[in-house]
Amino acid sequence: MSIDISQFLVTFYEESFEGLEIMESELLNLDVGAADNETINTIFRAAHSIKGGSGTFGLNAVSDFTHVMETLLDEMRDGRRQVTQEGVNILLSSVDVLREMLTALRDSAELNVQRVAATKQQLDTLLGGDAVSSEEKPQAEQAPVESSFQLWAIDFRPHLDMLRTGNDPVRMFRELSDLGELNATVDVSGLPAWDELEPEESYLNWKLALDSDKDEADIREVFEWVDDECDLNIHQAAGLFVEAQHEEAAPVQPLATPPIQDKTDTVAAVGTNAGSAKEPARKPTASGDTSIRVSIDKVDELINMVGELVITQSMLSQYGEAEKIDTAGIERLRDGLGQLERNTRELQESVMRIRMLPISFAFQRFPRLVHDLSSKLEKNIQLKMSGEQTELDKTVMEKIGDPLVHLVRNSLDHGIEKPDVRREKGKPEQGTVHLNAFHQGGNIVIEIIDDGAGLNKDKIIEKAVGRGLLVEGEAVSDEQVHDLIFHAGFSTADTVSDVSGRGVGMDVVRKNIRSLGGTVEVTSKVDIGSTFTIRLPLTLAILDGQLVKVGTETYIVPLISIIESLQVKMDKVNTVSGKGEVYRLRDEYIPVVRLYHVFDVEPDGRELTTGLLVVVEAEGEKVALFVDDLFGQQQVVIKSLETNFKKVGGVSGATILGDGTVALILDVKGLMGLYQKQTPARDLYLVKSSDAAA
Amino acid sequence: MATILAVDDSASMRQMVAFTLKSAGHQVTEACDGQDALKKAKGNKFSLVLSDVNMPIMDGIALIKELRAMGDYKFTPILMLTTESTGEKKQEGKAAGATGWIVKPFNPDQLLATIKKVLG
Repeated sequence: MSIDISQFLVTFYEESFEGLEIMESELLNLDVGAADNETINTIFRAAHSIKGGSGTFGLNAVSDFTHVMETLLDEMRDGRRQVTQEGVNILLSSVDVLREMLTALRDSAELNVQRVAATKQQLDTLLGGDAVSSEEKPQAEQAPVESSFQLWAIDFRPHLDMLRTGNDPVRMFRELSDLGELNATVDVSGLPAWDELEPEESYLNWKLALDSDKDEADIREVFEWVDDECDLNIHQAAGLFVEAQHEEAAPVQPLATPPIQDKTDTVAAVGTNAGSAKEPARKPTASGDTSIRVSIDKVDELINMVGELVITQSMLSQYGEAEKIDTAGIERLRDGLGQLERNTRELQESVMRIRMLPISFAFQRFPRLVHDLSSKLEKNIQLKMSGEQTELDKTVMEKIGDPLVHLVRNSLDHGIEKPDVRREKGKPEQGTVHLNAFHQGGNIVIEIIDDGAGLNKDKIIEKAVGRGLLVEGEAVSDEQVHDLIFHAGFSTADTVSDVSGRGVGMDVVRKNIRSLGGTVEVTSKVDIGSTFTIRLPLTLAILDGQLVKVGTETYIVPLISIIESLQVKMDKVNTVSGKGEVYRLRDEYIPVVRLYHVFDVEPDGRELTTGLLVVVEAEGEKVALFVDDLFGQQQVVIKSLETNFKKVGGVSGATILGDGTVALILDVKGLMGLYQKQTPARDLYLVKSSDAAA
Repeated sequence: MATILAVDDSASMRQMVAFTLKSAGHQVTEACDGQDALKKAKGNKFSLVLSDVNMPIMDGIALIKELRAMGDYKFTPILMLTTESTGEKKQEGKAAGATGWIVKPFNPDQLLATIKKVLG
């Protein structure tokens, strides 16, 4: 029977990556010199599982690599080897390599073969260089076996307790008879007197004659499991030709196992350079395979909820079947509908919760990062984490990883001072970076708090003036100063360091967070420290929207991008040489986008005074959307247009409203892009500056 | 067709073993560590137990000892799923009462062949 086990690879990769996380965090917990045995054992177990699994799935490069790691860990566990910083560091980089190998295999991507080889070399050197060979028993030694039949005499004397290991002699006889023709003679002389007989013990001895073309090793293999529970004597019966090579045949069966064929093609991708680089960027091809682990509680809750829904449904249909509905019936129907609404809402909430994962998934990389960076930066930094169990949407989690890394790196590099500087300031030498997460309203808040030097206001202002972002002598609030660091190309680091400080970054961080519908801000006090606060929506699947009306259509504007809505005073509207209109709001000139024009629908009125302007902002720029009227605000479930239809400029998705009609969700940034195409932004700025000068 | 208890902390191994056994017509119950297995063994009488050795909470060796101490599992075949590098583990497992072992890595055919040996 041939069974395709590649279907379990997804699970294997998933648990292997989890295993690697465990190894990494436990390695970081390991106290060099006084290592805790349980910690080493946990690391060992993770490596062991990956080795076992990769072997089973035919990923031999991975299993060879883990084998060396495992050997090293085994020696550490048994106390045969000291746990040194060097050892821990090599193991940590092995974890990285292993992660790369598994990722490359999973995504059928390329692998840095040199790095794998170099790390394995390090491991081998540490082990004394002889680790690899132990397992690879030369298979060639197996002599070609003569196919002639010969008679084997087997003397089999089970020990009294053999049955207690579940080994029944009958099994062995059955196996032997598969090898050839078997004759068994029982020797009952060992049987005790009846009253002394223990039914759980084996008293019988056997003389077996086997006519077989197999050699001694094959016969011994049958008795492999009971090696210690019996006396076994196997020899060739007289009268047949004796072949020298059988005299001292190796009693041990080579245990090497052929790799599973289904996966050999993937294995090749690791072993070789996998051809030329077709796609330099590593793009996971298995995106359809993303899966999520859900705790059983959440699933139970869901099942429970569905159960209630079914009850409500049957109740309602019962009411509906009544021939005529009287007042009491209507009352019951209303109650039932109320219950249905409750059920639906709860069901929706539980389904959303399935996509939620604790933020510890995003936090878990930081102990390693802080460990590595603080030694690189020659700083003494401890990492504190709290609120790791705070949950957020899996997609948001995946996208917040990079910005978080950036902010933490930033705190380590620019925030926390070197120990001597801290001592001079009267602070403890050890700096602290604190990651904190909590829920607030419909948002998750993530804070990165350091007790470092804080933002240097004067330096920022000086720099901002140098870059033309501020006019010298202009009065600015602390918030405005702090906000400046999120501008493109803004870095106040004195020197560009290896870690961060290239001045690309904070603007990208803010852009990424905003694209998730979130915000980031910073508060800081000199020599006390800085706090970066990220606010993110809990999920990307639901959006708080403002419903707006244009003619017969309803559109949804994300609430987060709306600054204000206002009625138009015509004296504040300027027309820019036939290219568009701008609305003067306080000191700003905001381009007006007529939605009916963009979407080509017939509005209630074309005069600006007949409708409203909704001022929205995206990436620091504002536009005023002209609409007929505002409806209510509501949470809407986002349906992708791309999967159901195709991408449409200025629209980020669609949703179904309570009355069943479809409403488009506006993509504010995209709308600006559309608008700017027809009216070059340059012209608008010209107006702005000339107006300001006038 | 036999009722089999498959114990492994690795979900992919467990799935692979269970799938293989099921496709050969056996009834399989899965457990993710020794303690879980013990709980499932009580009140059931499996005709074969397959257990990984290295597991958190309760390892395979302890599980075998516990099972052998239960009346129902005194003579039940119990096979360890083990890797070559842990040769001394085999001895430890035998001493605890294991019937035999299947060496990891194994493929479905090897697994079924060994099972057949034990179950006949």
